[in-house]
Amino acid sequence: MSYLEYRVQSVPKGLGKVLYLNWALIVLLTAVASTGFLMLYSVAGGSFRPWAEPQMERFAMGMTAMFIVGMVPIFFWRNVAALAYAISIALLVGVELFGTTGMGATRWIDLGFVRLQPSELTKITLVMLLAAYYDWLDINKVSRPLWVLVPLVLVLIPTALVLKQPDLGTAILLVSGSGIVMFAAGVHWAYFAAVIASGVGLVTAVLQSRGTPWQLLKDYQYRRIDTFLDPDKDPLGAGYHITQSKIALGSGGWTGRGFMQGTQSRLNFLPEKHTDFIFTTLAEEFGFVGGLSLLALYALIIVFCISSAMQNKDRFSALLTIGIAATFFLYFAVNMSMVMGLAPVVGVPLPLVSYGGSAMLVLLAAFGLVQSAHVHRPRGRA
Amino acid sequence: MRRPPRDTEESARRITRRSLLAGAGMLGFMAVLGGRMRHMQVDQADAFRLLAEENRINIRLLPPARGLIFDRSGTLIAGNAQNYRVVVVREDAGEIEETMARLRALVPISDENSERAMKEIMRRSPFVPVTVADQLDWADVSEVAVNAPALPGVTPEVGLTRHYPLGSDFAHIVGYVGPVSDYDLSKIEDPEPVLQIPGFQIGKVGLEAKLEDDLRGEAGTKRIEVNAGGRVMRELSRQDGIAGRDVQLTIDHRLQNFTQARLGAESAASVVMDVRTGDLLAMASAPSFDPNKFVRGISVADYAMLTENDHRPLANKTVQGLYPPGSTFKMVTALAAIEAGVVTAGETIYCPGYKELGQRRFHCWKRGGHGWTDLHNSLKGSCDVYYYELAERVGIEKISAMARKLGIGVRHDLPMSAVAEGIAPTKQYKRERHGQEWLVGDSLNASIGQGYVLASPLQLAVMAARLATGEGIKPRLVKSVNGVEQPVETDGPLGLGPTTLQQVRSGMYGVMNERGGTAYGSRIVADDMQLCGKTGTSQVRSVVVRNADVPWEERDHALFVCFAPADNPRIAVSVIVEHGGGGSAVAAPVARDIMLSALHDGGIPPLDAYPSSQRRQQEDLFSSLLIRRPGGATPPSEKA
Repeated sequence: MSYLEYRVQSVPKGLGKVLYLNWALIVLLTAVASTGFLMLYSVAGGSFRPWAEPQMERFAMGMTAMFIVGMVPIFFWRNVAALAYAISIALLVGVELFGTTGMGATRWIDLGFVRLQPSELTKITLVMLLAAYYDWLDINKVSRPLWVLVPLVLVLIPTALVLKQPDLGTAILLVSGSGIVMFAAGVHWAYFAAVIASGVGLVTAVLQSRGTPWQLLKDYQYRRIDTFLDPDKDPLGAGYHITQSKIALGSGGWTGRGFMQGTQSRLNFLPEKHTDFIFTTLAEEFGFVGGLSLLALYALIIVFCISSAMQNKDRFSALLTIGIAATFFLYFAVNMSMVMGLAPVVGVPLPLVSYGGSAMLVLLAAFGLVQSAHVHRPRGRA
Repeated sequence: MRRPPRDTEESARRITRRSLLAGAGMLGFMAVLGGRMRHMQVDQADAFRLLAEENRINIRLLPPARGLIFDRSGTLIAGNAQNYRVVVVREDAGEIEETMARLRALVPISDENSERAMKEIMRRSPFVPVTVADQLDWADVSEVAVNAPALPGVTPEVGLTRHYPLGSDFAHIVGYVGPVSDYDLSKIEDPEPVLQIPGFQIGKVGLEAKLEDDLRGEAGTKRIEVNAGGRVMRELSRQDGIAGRDVQLTIDHRLQNFTQARLGAESAASVVMDVRTGDLLAMASAPSFDPNKFVRGISVADYAMLTENDHRPLANKTVQGLYPPGSTFKMVTALAAIEAGVVTAGETIYCPGYKELGQRRFHCWKRGGHGWTDLHNSLKGSCDVYYYELAERVGIEKISAMARKLGIGVRHDLPMSAVAEGIAPTKQYKRERHGQEWLVGDSLNASIGQGYVLASPLQLAVMAARLATGEGIKPRLVKSVNGVEQPVETDGPLGLGPTTLQQVRSGMYGVMNERGGTAYGSRIVADDMQLCGKTGTSQVRSVVVRNADVPWEERDHALFVCFAPADNPRIAVSVIVEHGGGGSAVAAPVARDIMLSALHDGGIPPLDAYPSSQRRQQEDLFSSLLIRRPGGATPPSEKA
């Protein structure tokens, strides 16, 4: 019995698949999204408008998308991975072009029914393509330099495009997410060690070169680094966001100041309180207990994904699940680091909580892929 | 895609291993995030909570109500009036230019102020209220209120401002307040935050300045919540300030009013003192001014009128003005000589109209001389030669010591601006000040209150009071602060022989009540109110010419000191009329009227106290005076 045959035979059919969905994951995602609704209701001063209500509608749309994607057999997604990647690259280029013709926000593209952010889509399609690539590649060739170079190019094309927008946050997510997929696929340690070492070296060189004739960055860029390292130096200027964010977070204490009682967010001291900095409102109003609870929900989602991946004998499914889990992880890890002052301010939303349509839809659709991999995993004897 | 089963197993094994590593890494990083969260939210929570409070809470000061000032009977002299102002909030005002134009049609706003206000409005955030008109009256504010629909964003507000209901009567005593200036702040070591309140008023001169600490009170605070843009969201708490302490003066407002009115437009001053307690019942300096003008912010033209006037309305002549006391100083010389034992009251000295000292001749004011003169007659006729002789005998040191004992050349500690010390000259004084040795001729000049001797009207009143009682009574202006009675202070008995004093008083009695007395024309005929007094005419220039023939500023100063009733003194009065001419003709009648008013609690003097021939004239005088009727309107302020 061929691998393909036994897999198809053991897969649940029709609506019966619903029973095989990873329901625990669905419950966790709903819990995280509900936290988001609550916070959006709070930052709007106790109102479903203007944020909570559209966010709930988008969540409903996203869940629908997740079910649809999850019902489709996983081999279909593997087969369209390259196409999906090509479409996202095209959209990224399209944004670049529309952006210059004055469409307003340069990251968006209007598809009529929904305004899509291609950079969000790319995070998932890149992971899909890499998973498909390593599924296709002979596992003995994985660490050969030529076969390492190919995925590197696949990663760098969209990375270069989003950096040009400029969107540093997405670039970091693309590179790191891909790195985790490549790591899981079994690429040799030495490559990662080399990349990390050269990264450290580059940062050192950049910092050391300051004030010397071969200075690598412009002066204003160094000032941004200064602001990140010591936001108190410029509390009303560039350091304002991070300073206010830390104040909000820290003033939450153990149990927070109470629902809708956060002064930092209610009195507008917090910037972007409904998008990138929404975690600070949560931490201010529900304190350490609230913040840790959300972190625990996120951790459980990661754990469920990784355990699903480990149980999956299909290489594409496993790598895809890990890649999506990694992308999801990077979202909230970068966002939380940012609001806690551990990382510079780069525009990365808190997944499923921050107000914003593209990220919500794309992430839920991505979890649809995880569901598809879960439902259609090879069963029985290996 | 087909894959050999061995590879599939190898793939799964590798993925499992690497997934575990990646998952562990992610969870590890989440642990770091959790730890960081705990550090910030638990360990540093208090610090961050404090920063959050600092962010949102602003503390605004609430100006305290300034302490009130009353006269001895409890009549308000300085109070706090409702001050109406109009504020504009730009974001509510719509077309701001148009709104301002409409507002200016209703209330008086000068071009200058309007421009300043517009600048301020455009500079500040749109929600900040900006004061566009201040010190408005109720009528203006009503206009604004009635037209509110046409004036969006315009609100009348009410605050407190200083008001002096008795106007010019107390301008010199109480002084006035004004907004804190940069100069004021530069003088204060560590300015209280309350001084930074916009429009906050502090005492500028007079009692308002000297008793600033009592009158100011303590600022209250109001904690308000502001948002990131600085907009006030709500008031969190309020602690009202502590009002300043109320001050009660010893002045009788009716007597003050009468005295001020009686001095009229002359450049003059008068001090009325209770001889038993030292209470200052009136301190008038003329001409006066309206202190309310200074509170409102005096116009340049009005201010120039006050500063350029040769009668110096801004000066408080009662304590700041120093004059040669002239013949009013003769009691000092007499007491010094008698106490030193160089003369007795009964001894007569011959006055030929002059005294020769070496090559110089010192003239008596009476060309023909007084003939043989004893103490009584020397005072009654104000013989100069008698005192030249006494001065030669006793010397300047004893005279100046007696002057200080009687309150001349001593700084009386009153809460008023620039209280003058005056000069009771000594040999040392002349050496230090002028670098010259004292000459006997200087003593002769000093003996009749000329030369180096200088005294203020206050000091002359103190002298009269001490002569009347023999007690070293000290003047007192503040009766009570915050209801706490201020002590009556005295230097104790002067240690003058009672007979000596009585002999001097007798001379002063003669001045007033005996034919030939220099102030006989200003006597009081009522038995229980008879005066003891002394005239003085101090020379401004040395050549003797008829006063009517010289310009005003070269005429002699007219002085008069007195106390009454003669047998049981209660009141002492000093009067000086600058460049008024003779003391007997000009100062004595004024002093008599003020004395009679003082003996009648500040009312109009009873006509039957005057010699019958003068009654008609006095009646006409009183009816022409600008006396404030009880509860009536403020009379028009004196022309400066």
